[in-house]
Amino acid sequence: MPKPSIWFLRSALIHLALGFTFGGLLLWNKGIPIHPLMWRLLPAHMEFLLVGWTVQLALGVAYWILPRFYTQRGDVRPVWLAFALINCGVWLAGMGATLAAPGWVILAGRLFEAGAAGAFAVNAWPRVKPMAQDASHRK
Amino acid sequence: MPFLTRLFVKTALVYFIAALLAGLLVAARPLLGLPSIVAALTPVYFHLLMVGWVTQLILGVAHWMFPKFSREEPRGHDWLTWTIFILLNGGLLLRVFAEPIRTVNTDPLWGWLLALSALLQWLAAMAFVANVWPRVRGH
Repeated sequence: MPKPSIWFLRSALIHLALGFTFGGLLLWNKGIPIHPLMWRLLPAHMEFLLVGWTVQLALGVAYWILPRFYTQRGDVRPVWLAFALINCGVWLAGMGATLAAPGWVILAGRLFEAGAAGAFAVNAWPRVKPMAQDASHRK
Repeated sequence: MPFLTRLFVKTALVYFIAALLAGLLVAARPLLGLPSIVAALTPVYFHLLMVGWVTQLILGVAHWMFPKFSREEPRGHDWLTWTIFILLNGGLLLRVFAEPIRTVNTDPLWGWLLALSALLQWLAAMAFVANVWPRVRGH
């Protein structure tokens, strides 16, 4: 497994653990009330699990298994940029909403997440290709 | 495909169908005048889809495809994967019944069952992270 995939997947697992912890607290609070403020964890719960866990896992696995150019996976710099942007974005958008931060914090988080998608596509786009293209390159 | 992966993936497919049927019921409620307990299925619908289908599918495929844990136990500890399967599905099924029933039945038992559901699902997530973390690595 290449190094960027290891980082994406480990970060995804951390977000899974945090997202389920927030979700567990929310559900427990629904059954046996702990504190009314517990509901403020909802945006972080959703952001961490939808983007931090599911989307980030998909990025890590995609970088690992998409077709390669001979043995190379293309320019790795946009992939590292995507990793940094998606993680900053998840924390800004998720914790920003949970901590009732100003709207621009959540907006910045979403902007970072959109930037992550774009940066990742720069690497992934040319790798989405038929097998025959590899063979013709070798000739 | 290992037995545990087949179990996770087939269970995930059942939840996928159940989730979309729950979504159908929620959408049909105002049109068909269905009882108010059906409206309480909205969070159940989301979690059947995101935990029962998406997360469970990921867990099953990760068990199968991630780099081997060791020569003796290539997919990590099978007993732990069984535990994850039981905890996740036990917790989710408990939620599916306890959450809507709690809206029409004031017996505190349903609140406690919801808290138990939260605990079971949280334990499943923590066990999955512990089990798969050592498998997220290079060759």
